[in-house]
Amino acid sequence: MGKEKKIHIVKSVIKHGLLLCVGFFWIYPFLWMISASFKGQNEFFQNRMGLIPVQPTIDNFIRIWQKADFGTYFINTIIVTAFSVIIVLIMTMMAGYAMGRYKFLGRNLCMAVFLASIAIPLVSTIIPTYEVVKGMNLVGTKLGLILSQAGGAHVIFLLLFTSFFQSVPNELEEASKIDGCNYFQTFFYIMMKLCKPVATTVVIMETIWAWNAFMLPLVLTLNNPSSRTLAVGLYAFKGENTVDWTGIAAGGSIAVIPVIILFVLMQKHFVEGIAGAVKS
Amino acid sequence: MTKTKYAVDAATRRIRFKRKLKLNLWCWMFMSLAVGFYILFQGYPIICSIQYSLLDWSGMTSNATFIGLQNYKELMHDELFWNAFINSFKYMVMIVPLELAVSLFLAYLLNDEKMKGRGLYRTMYFVPVVTTASVVGIIMIFILGVQGPVNHLLVTLHILKNPINFLGNAKYALPTLVIISLWKDCGTYMIYWLAGLQGVSKDVYEAATIDGANRRQTFFHIVLPLIAPTGGIIAILCAINSLKVFDIVKTMTEGGPYYATDVIATYVYRTAFSSEIGMPRLGYASAAALFFGGAVIIIGILLNAIKDRLQKNVQ
Repeated sequence: MGKEKKIHIVKSVIKHGLLLCVGFFWIYPFLWMISASFKGQNEFFQNRMGLIPVQPTIDNFIRIWQKADFGTYFINTIIVTAFSVIIVLIMTMMAGYAMGRYKFLGRNLCMAVFLASIAIPLVSTIIPTYEVVKGMNLVGTKLGLILSQAGGAHVIFLLLFTSFFQSVPNELEEASKIDGCNYFQTFFYIMMKLCKPVATTVVIMETIWAWNAFMLPLVLTLNNPSSRTLAVGLYAFKGENTVDWTGIAAGGSIAVIPVIILFVLMQKHFVEGIAGAVKS
Repeated sequence: MTKTKYAVDAATRRIRFKRKLKLNLWCWMFMSLAVGFYILFQGYPIICSIQYSLLDWSGMTSNATFIGLQNYKELMHDELFWNAFINSFKYMVMIVPLELAVSLFLAYLLNDEKMKGRGLYRTMYFVPVVTTASVVGIIMIFILGVQGPVNHLLVTLHILKNPINFLGNAKYALPTLVIISLWKDCGTYMIYWLAGLQGVSKDVYEAATIDGANRRQTFFHIVLPLIAPTGGIIAILCAINSLKVFDIVKTMTEGGPYYATDVIATYVYRTAFSSEIGMPRLGYASAAALFFGGAVIIIGILLNAIKDRLQKNVQ
């Protein structure tokens, strides 16, 4: 009995040791980046692997925030992310409601078309998307970025909402009809309150995706640096200042830390969303 | 008698029709926003792509000439296009099995609900997923660079004599990208696998233990066949996603050195939007993007068919 227990303890120590060790290397690049953004230029090259700056400084942040426009990029990213999240939330929630609760003409066709678009790479539609935005006279503007970011099928969110609304019992809806609500009122007063958990998941996932988007903002802000988002701004900064590695690290930290914090705080919703997508 | 019956029938039919019409109108109102955005930014662009691909057009000016299938003919003999096309598939073939195996291994380790620190580990392994791919790419240039921490460690430990330029060497560049993407996306697939593993009931594990199977036997002979259907879907998603790769490649190598890591997305981007190689060619780039999009869809359909066939055989 005692021997078995010992083996069990040894096994779990090995398991945890392995998981922790690999886990450390897993997040090492982020720790390295954050630490490098607090290092001075000299220390950066002397202390290449160390994670704790000997003489911490915030010069890097001040430099890129003021001189390299990261302040603007940061605000742009927040604006573009916020508005595209709002649009995506409203449109997937409404479409999910219709597809989850009612059998209407063209429902299955819509579903099939949305599902099929998982396979279409963004690169195949990016050129005409650019022309569409150009046709609306919105190239290089934040509105153009917001609209094109909100475009597309958002299949996962549609599936999440559809399967949620399918599971809502009929009695609720009938009761509201007896109370004299029309379809929109039923949706607005009853369904929108019910679907809060799914809506939270959608908001968090889309926030992270919109924040991290690269190809669309890159193409749409080619000629207008003042609308760049952080992802594109850092790429441009690297192109212009190949040697300013502490500045690049500081820019990277500004781009990455907000999403990491959001994720750590709200990870339950994010993980559930991803798991729900593959289940349905 | 019959007359009134007909009248009643007609009336109920009319009411039913009206109700149906009303329902359809409401539903389409709810759908309108999603459908509108879809048409504007997905449907219409796809049709436009087809039109563009038949034009000789720089995109800078309005004078475009219709040249029929000339762009496609040229593509067939374009070495750089085929290089990018093959690289995309090389990348897929390398990353899919690795990604599936590593993420399944992690998921299996973390599947024990009573395990201490499970949440912490899950967070740690998931962090790369939520971070910006382009930013990660840029930071990795330095981490893997000749002066970066990885080479420093390998040289200090005497594993390497001289630092390796992982991204500057045509031989190592693509495998390096694969490793970085593997690490970056592993968390997503881990969560997919965990969702599949949670569908396996505890009784199965208990029964296996009673029958004297060890952990490895339980996994390969019992758990793996049970989660294989989910695995099929995960594999297809992984394959399709890997063919879409752009951010990491664009920021880490720009397709270089000497086009060794050029994938279709970077090829199309370069041809359509950058003027490093003369005038941009929107028409020609559209043809390349469409040709590739078609290939991805065909791969998707094929993989799905293979998955269904395998599932039937198992049953």
